Amino acid sequence: MTEHATERGWFADLDPGSVDGAREAIDDGSAAEPADWPQRAVETGFADSEADYYELLQEATVAATRATVVDREQANDKQLLHAVRAMDDADRTANELAERLAEWAGTLFDDVGTGVDAARQLADREPSTPLESRVISLAERVDDLATEADELRTFIKRQAPEVAPNLSEMAGAVLAARLIALAGGLEALAKKPSGTVQVLGAEDALFAHLAGRGSSPKHGIIYTHEYVSGTRPEDRGSASRALAGKLSIAARIDHYSGERRSEIHAELADRMSTIRARAEGDDTSEGGDQ
Amino acid sequence: MSSLPEGVERREFDGRERLSTRGQPVYGEPTDGEWRCWDAGRSKLGAMLETGMDVDLSGGESVLYLGAASGTTVSHVADFAGPTYAIEFAPRPVRDLIGVAENRSNLFPLLKDARKPETYAHIVEADLDLLVQDVATRGQAAVAVDNAQFLAADGQLCLAIKARSEDVTADPETVFEEVREEVAAAYEIVDTRRLEPFHDDHLGVVARKR
Repeated sequence: MTEHATERGWFADLDPGSVDGAREAIDDGSAAEPADWPQRAVETGFADSEADYYELLQEATVAATRATVVDREQANDKQLLHAVRAMDDADRTANELAERLAEWAGTLFDDVGTGVDAARQLADREPSTPLESRVISLAERVDDLATEADELRTFIKRQAPEVAPNLSEMAGAVLAARLIALAGGLEALAKKPSGTVQVLGAEDALFAHLAGRGSSPKHGIIYTHEYVSGTRPEDRGSASRALAGKLSIAARIDHYSGERRSEIHAELADRMSTIRARAEGDDTSEGGDQ
Repeated sequence: MSSLPEGVERREFDGRERLSTRGQPVYGEPTDGEWRCWDAGRSKLGAMLETGMDVDLSGGESVLYLGAASGTTVSHVADFAGPTYAIEFAPRPVRDLIGVAENRSNLFPLLKDARKPETYAHIVEADLDLLVQDVATRGQAAVAVDNAQFLAADGQLCLAIKARSEDVTADPETVFEEVREEVAAAYEIVDTRRLEPFHDDHLGVVARKR
């Protein structure tokens, strides 16, 4: 080690003999090259001896690594799976209750609309009879449930890019979370062939097809992606196949590496413009390509 | 065949001679008094010692272990070695690794990416005696070369190469040849051997830092 080494060890900003604040230093610190840290720690008075240093190092690394593992695991795919299912349940229940409410409130008030927005307006009214109290109270439940669904959606939009950066960038946070939930987790999604990813969420149609009824589904939940829904019907098969292929790769990168890779997003954009260019070519010559 | 380091012995478990070290049991391995069996089928370094590769260890070495996973092998390393830094990238196995480290005062677990040495160079000391590497990612040779900075001038590398991590479709021998060439940029190769029957399509490499 050189006399004038400028690199700082993980203990540089800590109080002598204390590992308070070590987690941040261990997690976020860096150095261009290693040094004789045990000796440096003794020289700077952080530790009394090398044996003392190793004791502090062990305490610090075990505690810091444990805390970081807990954080990382709580920001995991399973939490996202619960969040997206809860959001869907809250949405669906809010809508069902809103329908019931519209029917009931229509018998009491003249100017009642339907849906969650109408329920929210109703919730602001002042009840004048015990009957109206019940109806308006029900409207408040609808309002609460719809608000919960919105907050879950906000949470998913924040959390999904942490759990699956490539999948979220490609699919959007909510669709990424839905794909993870349908597969049963990010690992399960990463292990599915892209043909399965393509029809996730279209299981009814798929099994009807396998039983000999109907054609094979071209797309499942990925239909909600603009690359599929925004492509003309005769090219949607190609579009969903291309999208599903890249989504599978994105899920595998997210699961096995966790790094963001910009090239797959560019490749997909490139492929999609090729598919969509067919529509322009066909404007002059009649008919599709399939 | 080189001799085993102090703290590693061949003892009889289930009717045959197997490697063992002294320490707290970790994964339900057979024990004989304070000796615990080191299963070469679950450990590439164990397989490298078991197959008699030219590993020069005497015990008490300072070690950087890349790809510690849940700590199966690194627990045995910490039993016979000195300060042992264990790097693992995935949170799930690290939960188990922490349990292993709690019972071993010379084992330092770190949740870091072995491809980014700068993120742990402020913790892992310089001039180590031994680098053990068992990471299943593409670019295994580059990882070994990048981490040579932690080794002392004559420091040793024990590298397990998984052919399928580099290229699932390529012939393992082709992959191994490429890796050998790349590793030679920073190391002088001492010994290489396939780790069958303990591990399929794996090559053990023992080398010294140039």
